[in-house]
Amino acid sequence: MSTMAQAVNDGWVVAQRNLIKIVRVPEILVFVLVSPIMFVLLFAYVFGGAIETPGVNYREWLIAGIFGQTIVFGATFTGAGLAEDMQKGIIDRFRSLPMSNSAVLVGRTSSDVVYNVLSLIIMAITGFIVGWRIREGFLDAIAGFALLLVFGYAISWVMAWVGLMVPSVEVINNASFIVIMPLTFVSNAFVPTSSFNSVLKPVVEWNPVSAVTQASRDLFGNTGVGPGSDAWSLQHPVAYTLFWVVGIIAMFAPLAVRQYRLTTSK
Amino acid sequence: MPVSSVMAMSEPMISATGLVKRYKDVEALAGLDLAVPEGKVLALLGPNGAGKTTAVRCLTTLLKPDAGAARVAGIDVLADPAAAKSKIGLSGQYAAVDEHLTAYENLVMIGRLYHLGRTRARARAQELLERFDLTEFASRPTKTYSGGQRRRLDLAGALVAAPPVIVLDEPTTGLDPRSRQLMWDVIRELVGDGATLLLTTQYLEEADVLADDIVVIDHGREIAHGTADELKAQTGGQRIEVVLVSPADSEAASRVLNEVAVGEVQVSGGGRELGAAVGDEAAGDLLRVLQAFERDAVKVLDVGLRRPTLDDVFLSLTGHDSTEADQ
Repeated sequence: MSTMAQAVNDGWVVAQRNLIKIVRVPEILVFVLVSPIMFVLLFAYVFGGAIETPGVNYREWLIAGIFGQTIVFGATFTGAGLAEDMQKGIIDRFRSLPMSNSAVLVGRTSSDVVYNVLSLIIMAITGFIVGWRIREGFLDAIAGFALLLVFGYAISWVMAWVGLMVPSVEVINNASFIVIMPLTFVSNAFVPTSSFNSVLKPVVEWNPVSAVTQASRDLFGNTGVGPGSDAWSLQHPVAYTLFWVVGIIAMFAPLAVRQYRLTTSK
Repeated sequence: MPVSSVMAMSEPMISATGLVKRYKDVEALAGLDLAVPEGKVLALLGPNGAGKTTAVRCLTTLLKPDAGAARVAGIDVLADPAAAKSKIGLSGQYAAVDEHLTAYENLVMIGRLYHLGRTRARARAQELLERFDLTEFASRPTKTYSGGQRRRLDLAGALVAAPPVIVLDEPTTGLDPRSRQLMWDVIRELVGDGATLLLTTQYLEEADVLADDIVVIDHGREIAHGTADELKAQTGGQRIEVVLVSPADSEAASRVLNEVAVGEVQVSGGGRELGAAVGDEAAGDLLRVLQAFERDAVKVLDVGLRRPTLDDVFLSLTGHDSTEADQ
């Protein structure tokens, strides 16, 4: 087997092992399926009447933001899963096998894409029930979901790197909360860009979470009168999102693989 | 075995030369040499913190030594770790199984990561489950298994690719006597099949029962090397041990033993148990002791000649006993 084919095979075997856990570990099911439903319902009904979104119903406008937020939070799962693996005996078995060095990481980040797909499906159904509609074409909508998934995949590599450095699963859950909470709230996920003050507004405009939200919001046809900003990032949200995706993976995938080697050779 | 045919006849299946590993100010390995010929079992015996696990990790590519060389099945472990890994089955001190997967799923996964292909990986998993008496639980997640079952599964995992070299790091630590006995049976079978085995243990009895050759280590270096019998011989000859019916006879018995003893007579058990090391004429000494007991009307429950145990060996070699942690 060539090195590349072997890396793909090994990554896939590890991904399958992670996917089996969806049905075996109830906490995963809650994280992947139940919490997204809760987010949709909470935001739709708590903020639903309070926030003005010109030209579009808030609930319809909101859903892309919840997708974005859930996808970014989902990456925590990658970090937590790896942090857990590092402490369990199974990592010793993996290390004693003639398998690809990147397999544990490739397997984890790939299986988390599947988790994200499940989350998106559940959220889309819940959204549909509370009034979300896809106003553009079917292919545009698929492109919107795909963009969310590749963005989530990129963030997974950041969290993989972090997960390999932390001493326990609890640490990663807390640490990521401190970073991801502001990242998703200081964005256009829940509140339109135009309603932020002049200090926060540029942060919102150039925040990649705003871009991926804006891009999918456009592709679903839920934007209303416009992004509420002239910033290049929000005028060209797809390009700006892809720029981040490529940048993050190029930087953090090698960092994570390096960290994996360091952590496992102690 | 194809591996042996390409190797020089004289080269051992497992060898380590001058292994050194330092952690900050602790020298975990201080120049360790090991050699295991094909088809033999070497036990690495030592207390906690002696460097056993560090040695195993260096030999199995999991750890880079600071100095020294390691070869397994003719492969330089440091130069080609991937090739070495495919020749070694490692079963560690803590069962390396995924607790959410079943025994079958664990073994199939390992087989596929050895690149056996899906069909062969499945067949091999089934085969190993039967051999290790795990079929009964094969469809339950392993977190429901007992310690002994998990260790057996872990050992099965190490054997998935039928490696010529098997390395077992404290295979029975923490197991109950019955599980330990089961594990010993399995290990004996492996050796019967022609595998070369390196095993670490802190149980002297285990090394005695399983190994052809024993290396005793302490503070990361070899302090003794030989067969169980050779090591026992190093501590001197045999001992006479006596258990009296009544402690009242203690003094009389002690006087008798003193006539044949090399060194002091040890008295324990409230004066009822006596022991003494004797010289080369152990059988004659025993006879004289019995005759003297008869003459002096010393009543005994039990009298016997005993060879020194490896515990005695350890004590005489290191000055501390084997269960004492010495970090």
